[in-house]
Amino acid sequence: MPKNSPSIDMTPMVDLAFLLVTFFMLISQFRAEEAAVVDMPSSVSDLKIPDKDLMMILVDKEDHVYFTITGQETRLKVLNKMGEKYKVVFTEEEQKEFSNMASFGIPMSQMKEYLSAGSTERKKIQEKSEGIPSDSTACELCDWVFYGRINAPTFRVAIKGDQQTSYPKIRRVMDVLQDKKVNRFNLITNMETGTTE
Amino acid sequence: MAEVNTGDDGGGKKKHGKQRAKKSSTRIDMTPMVDLGFLLLTFFILTTTFNKPQAMEINMPIKDDKLQEKDKNKVPADHTLNILLTDKNVVYWYFGVADPSKALPSLTKTNYSKDGIRKVLIAENNKRHNAFNQIEQWKKEASEGKMEEEELKEKIKVFRETNKMSSLIVLLKPDKESNYKNIVDALDEMAICNIGSYALLESNDLENQMIANANTY
Repeated sequence: MPKNSPSIDMTPMVDLAFLLVTFFMLISQFRAEEAAVVDMPSSVSDLKIPDKDLMMILVDKEDHVYFTITGQETRLKVLNKMGEKYKVVFTEEEQKEFSNMASFGIPMSQMKEYLSAGSTERKKIQEKSEGIPSDSTACELCDWVFYGRINAPTFRVAIKGDQQTSYPKIRRVMDVLQDKKVNRFNLITNMETGTTE
Repeated sequence: MAEVNTGDDGGGKKKHGKQRAKKSSTRIDMTPMVDLGFLLLTFFILTTTFNKPQAMEINMPIKDDKLQEKDKNKVPADHTLNILLTDKNVVYWYFGVADPSKALPSLTKTNYSKDGIRKVLIAENNKRHNAFNQIEQWKKEASEGKMEEEELKEKIKVFRETNKMSSLIVLLKPDKESNYKNIVDALDEMAICNIGSYALLESNDLENQMIANANTY
């Protein structure tokens, strides 16, 4: 029989601690895994943005537009509607791929290629693309917002812009939203760090 | 149970002291590892929860092409503060309306800091029935728990309604050079200075010209 030692065996505790560490590390990485790197400006506003029921338009510092909407079912519905409109038929696998994706910023013409590509290939396509077209001549963003609104009318709409995003682009996105009768939306910001206080 | 460890080897009975020392060498002391583990754990827990982004809500007017010119709300010129946002975090402001047929109002250059545009806004607010002080006082009372959140909202709403005709109206006009951060900063100032009525507009050609003129001096 081993002698009764006064020190506690810490192995299970370490196990648990590192399990949790791994868990939190993965969680926090998932959040950052977005198609665009966006450095948000800070504000004094303390309104919290919800995790679900949210339609979000991202604009990065190169003025590329990205789109995302929460809920796998909603995403599928919106994608299929877009497919109908732009005459793109998605396979079961591509649909599944899309429903699991975070934000995306590619035109519909490249969507099929993008969905069937691997993750490294995807990054390349994303880098080359100019984001979702939002000009008044070819406004795919309008359609995304439109079908998003139809399938999820209660969803909150938010714009997430980079500090360096130019004003005309933000204005364009706001105009698109207003055209689609979204007159109340959120601007996503970081918490104020106290530099102006 | 109530034994106090005094030795460095983790205590134990004295007659087994040597044996214990030998034994402990085969075992790794995990305390630092646990320390590190929990340190990381705390770090990740804190970062994940604090990273939740904030949002500011913004209400835009309804876009209606059928809206007649005469139905549009006319902004009283003497209550209007125009804030022109341009590049390099520079802000220009002027009062009233820029009318090409009259002498152009002079622009004042400032920035987004505490002593910049905020000073102007607070001073203007104070000129009109201590709006700023009044609302600020209510907010303070609410934060101290003397007033309910609902009551505060209601009070501010009533206050704004009764002083609607005389309160300051701010028109934010970002130009093509400004960026998203500038807009958020400006909207932030509106919240800080309790400006009830403000609008996000486009700067017109005349104002762009005025900015260009101001930049050359």
